[in-house]
Amino acid sequence: MSFSEVLQGGSLFAYAPLIIAFPLLGLLINMIFGRRLGERAVGIIASSAVGLSFVIAILQFFALSTHPEGTSVPIADWITIGQLAVPWSLKVDTLSVTMMLMVTGVSALIHVYAIGYMHEDVRFQGDPGRFTRFFVFFNLFVATMMVLVTADNFLMMFVGWEGVGLCSYLLIGFWFEKGEDGIGNAIAGKKAFITNRIGDFGFLIAMFLIFGAVGSLQFADVFHWAHEHGLENVDVITAITLFLLLGATGKSAQIPLFVWLPDAMAGPTPVSALIHAATMVTAGIYMIARNQALYDVAGLSSNLVALIGAATALFAATIAVGQFDIKRVLAYSTISQLGFMLAAVGVGAQVAGMFHLVTHAFFKALLFLSAGSVIQGIEHGHHHLEHVGANPGGGEAFDPNDMRNMGGLRSKMKITFWVYLIGALALSGIFPLAGFWSKDEILADANHESIVIFLLLTVAAFFTAFYMGRQILMVFFGQPRSEAAKHAPENPPVMTVPLILLAVGAILGGVLNLPGMHTLTDWLEHTLHVHVTEFNPVVAGLSTLLALLAIGIAWFVYGRQPMGKGSPDPLRRMLGPIFVGMENKWWVDELYQFLIVRPYIALADVLADVIDWRFWHDWFHDTVLARTFREGTRWLNDAFDLRVIDGIANGLGNLTQAISGRMRFLQTGYVRNYALSFLVGVLLVLSYFIFGSS
Amino acid sequence: MISFTSILTWVTFFPLLGVLVILFIPRDRPNAIRWTALIASTATFMISLVMLSQFDGADPGLQLAVRRPWFQLAGVEIEYSLGVDGLSILLILLTTLLTPISILSTWTAVEERVKEFMAFFLLLEVGMVGVFVALDLFLFYIFWEFTLVPMYFLIGIWGGPRRTYAAIKFFLYTMAGSILMLLAILWLGLRFETFSVPDLIAQGNIPADIQTWLFLAFAAAFAIKVPMWPLHSWLPDAHVEAPTAGSVILAGVLLKMGTYGFLRFNIPLFPEAAARYAPWMAVLAVIGILYGAAVSYAQRDVKKLVAYSSVSHLGFVVLGLFALNSQGIQGGILQMVNHGLSTGALFIIVGMIYERRHTREMDDFGGLWRVMPVYAALTLVVTLSSMGLPGLNGFVGEFTILLGSFGSEAIGSSWFAGLAAAGVILAAIYLLFMFQKLFLGPLDKEENKTLKDLNWREVVTLVPLILLIFWIGLYPRPFFNLIAPAVDKLVATLQAAAFVVH
Repeated sequence: MSFSEVLQGGSLFAYAPLIIAFPLLGLLINMIFGRRLGERAVGIIASSAVGLSFVIAILQFFALSTHPEGTSVPIADWITIGQLAVPWSLKVDTLSVTMMLMVTGVSALIHVYAIGYMHEDVRFQGDPGRFTRFFVFFNLFVATMMVLVTADNFLMMFVGWEGVGLCSYLLIGFWFEKGEDGIGNAIAGKKAFITNRIGDFGFLIAMFLIFGAVGSLQFADVFHWAHEHGLENVDVITAITLFLLLGATGKSAQIPLFVWLPDAMAGPTPVSALIHAATMVTAGIYMIARNQALYDVAGLSSNLVALIGAATALFAATIAVGQFDIKRVLAYSTISQLGFMLAAVGVGAQVAGMFHLVTHAFFKALLFLSAGSVIQGIEHGHHHLEHVGANPGGGEAFDPNDMRNMGGLRSKMKITFWVYLIGALALSGIFPLAGFWSKDEILADANHESIVIFLLLTVAAFFTAFYMGRQILMVFFGQPRSEAAKHAPENPPVMTVPLILLAVGAILGGVLNLPGMHTLTDWLEHTLHVHVTEFNPVVAGLSTLLALLAIGIAWFVYGRQPMGKGSPDPLRRMLGPIFVGMENKWWVDELYQFLIVRPYIALADVLADVIDWRFWHDWFHDTVLARTFREGTRWLNDAFDLRVIDGIANGLGNLTQAISGRMRFLQTGYVRNYALSFLVGVLLVLSYFIFGSS
Repeated sequence: MISFTSILTWVTFFPLLGVLVILFIPRDRPNAIRWTALIASTATFMISLVMLSQFDGADPGLQLAVRRPWFQLAGVEIEYSLGVDGLSILLILLTTLLTPISILSTWTAVEERVKEFMAFFLLLEVGMVGVFVALDLFLFYIFWEFTLVPMYFLIGIWGGPRRTYAAIKFFLYTMAGSILMLLAILWLGLRFETFSVPDLIAQGNIPADIQTWLFLAFAAAFAIKVPMWPLHSWLPDAHVEAPTAGSVILAGVLLKMGTYGFLRFNIPLFPEAAARYAPWMAVLAVIGILYGAAVSYAQRDVKKLVAYSSVSHLGFVVLGLFALNSQGIQGGILQMVNHGLSTGALFIIVGMIYERRHTREMDDFGGLWRVMPVYAALTLVVTLSSMGLPGLNGFVGEFTILLGSFGSEAIGSSWFAGLAAAGVILAAIYLLFMFQKLFLGPLDKEENKTLKDLNWREVVTLVPLILLIFWIGLYPRPFFNLIAPAVDKLVATLQAAAFVVH
């Protein structure tokens, strides 16, 4: 059989399960032999496993080009009870393959980058043995993410959904003995998991509702049902889609569950780039796009999706303006961009949402990895100074992530600077970079659907360009504001080459769905209901103008007169309390602490200590019940001085004592009373039945 | 009266052979005693596998049954009647599996009176397996009460500082519930002139108002055993004071005797009462789920935390059983096994660290992942299983239970399942808190810096449990296949009863 015949027959679909199997195999090899293999081999195995998955994704792409309707690839039976039948089964269609290509492609690049990054990081953090563990978790992430995107039913998607959450937890807390008070990273991981679990709760309830209404959890059955009977079931579909939305706000870090993502930056930078920017956090968008058939029926839910997305886009963008941690700026930016995507799928522009999802994966992964490069450069500079005996930190803990310690890196880290600039411009939506096309498509669709959404997103886009301009100027321009920044070197090719490749993606990503060609639209048409978005020159012109204006203002504030060492952010002087609000993330964390976390802790303490222990355990059981019992048995004992039974009880006591000399309590009257009363009770009952009724 | 040709007789009483051998081993040779106990219990497990091979998964009825007259009580025949079906087979296997594992886990933890310890332990196994195979109410009651004795001594002799108190409390509470059950059993037997459970179910003409009283009397015994909120007060004491192996068996098997009792007796014998009281059972179950989870979170002693988590987890089981539909009951049965595996493993894990440090205060730990990576990794898997991570066993059980109870006509409202699902969030909170306190954060206590990772024996103790955790999570089909026909049959009879009620 020639290759083209294979293509014609669609038999390439049969290889789809390998996309999960390769990373699993990689992690097993590294888990078992990692210690003996050494860093280089571990890195190569992990990266090749993901690379092979990417190859499988490409094969699926070819298979789809001749069979664009896609297929289901069953693997095994999973849970079958009565009406409930959930198999392990993969869905290969244009939507899932888009995700497969993006996720495995970006993952492969980041795996390679991580070989270099983690080599340094494990030494900087002082535990080289953890190198292997990192790649085991990283491969596990790719495997679970593939389960998520290839799932053919809701339950299997949920396996991937929580699986990626687990990897996120493990990798955020990767340096579990670091962070604030030595426990900060671990707490950040826990916060991510628990916040996500709240979303997962929504996902679970949605599944119960779906099963109740449809009797199946297979996507095909559910969507078919929605087409056929959707209009009679608007209420239940609205409920389903709202609970799914709760799930999406957890995974994709939207209002009200976005709070975990900024803290998730505690993880090593490749983790931030891969999981918390490019791939995992887009799962919510993917899930809602996948469920288009349901959202189309539920107008209320779709409106809410769009509103939450747009509100998050703006809200998070304002916070990004007030951050000083280089990764936190990007984290809030990610939340904001995810808001754009969510708004897109909310207004029915699934293609625009997926388009932005893919381009964002490129430029945001690029930005994070470049930020990692910057951080590592600063760390090197810091290390170098310690080495030569200078006291760079001035006694205080030195934070290599703080942009106030940077400045002037443009000349020290040339490659990093250029790729960072490309990423920043792409994110700001500057023509002709990838972000321009995808963001514009979202804005054009929003403009078509709802003026509120459009305005929110446009203002958010303005802020985006501003905070990226601020970041570029603070990090790369002006004079170095710390000794470490003065000595920061560029990183080796194992890190810079993936950066360059991603930069190419950030530049060219727009060709995926250029106006007039709409390649992605045609591609996704086989899976989703799509419409071609007309290029809107007014919208595009306006947003470009706003972005340039924002960059101009950023230059006015930060570029004209660069920030000096130790001087405050000039914006603080201009905006006053507004800046304080942005810097403190509008106190949302504090609000949740006050409203949810502390009340729950207090409730748990009261339940455990006062209700369960002192009241129920000590007072009711030990005092009331025990005393009643004691009085009762004493009365029994006094009333019937049954020497025979007493004798038996004592005899039993002695026998037991013979078995265990340590059980002296059996000789106390207290216990004898128990034994006696039971014996009396049982004998009375038995004799009643035996003699009384015969 | 005992039939030696029946495989069930062998599964039940084989450990007695071990007890007999142990009695003849001098007490200054503790290792010989340990090996004897391990071999006897492992052989019992093998015999139970033979039983499994003879079991026909497609047959919904009782199998491998043996039925001999034993003696008469007031003219009513009491029978030596054993049998196994889909409702009990997994629990028998769980018991025979957890017993050797517990013995292995206690290899170095129990140094004193090894002889008595092992003898009691094997006796306990006889009682537990007996409970799951007995089909005569009177015989069942004997096994049921019999399990109290060895457990009482296991806590009372080898327990912690407050063992006396805990042992007596354990004994009295279970006794108190059992008395009511005994009365109900006697009433049933004398009224219908048989103690045989299948015969009583076949007759099936217990008047509805009497069903109510009988249901409540049986439920009193079982609810204390489970334990259902608010009858759980004996559990933390028993667990905290019990030696590790005792806790493993207590949580792994003894508590299941309560849920099994509901399933074997309450539901099929009194189906109308079961249908009527299902919403009330669901109320208690859901309170237990949420309350147990919140109280767990407030604990500072890791063993107590795990103990309270059982209140929460068993709440799921009861909720599933009283959904009275296929998904709920099958999920409930599977979740009994899952809880036995994961909570059993958690108690073993707690025992391992207690043996090293002689403390269970979580504040005394932190950062153990650094010095005990194997221990940390295994604990992580078990913790995730316990919090119901998809792909591991706990999820399959919880999901099917919630799905069943969400659509349950007997429970009548989706709110219960909805609230119970919130328990999944709370489970993550207390379990991740536990994991964090033990393994994450800085390794700043001097005593912890020199801790040794698990040795081979300890790894071998946990590995079978871990394998099952993955197996059930990824491919539960063989397990469901064993229980499905019996449950479907039960559900069919229940639907007839529900028809009467509504």
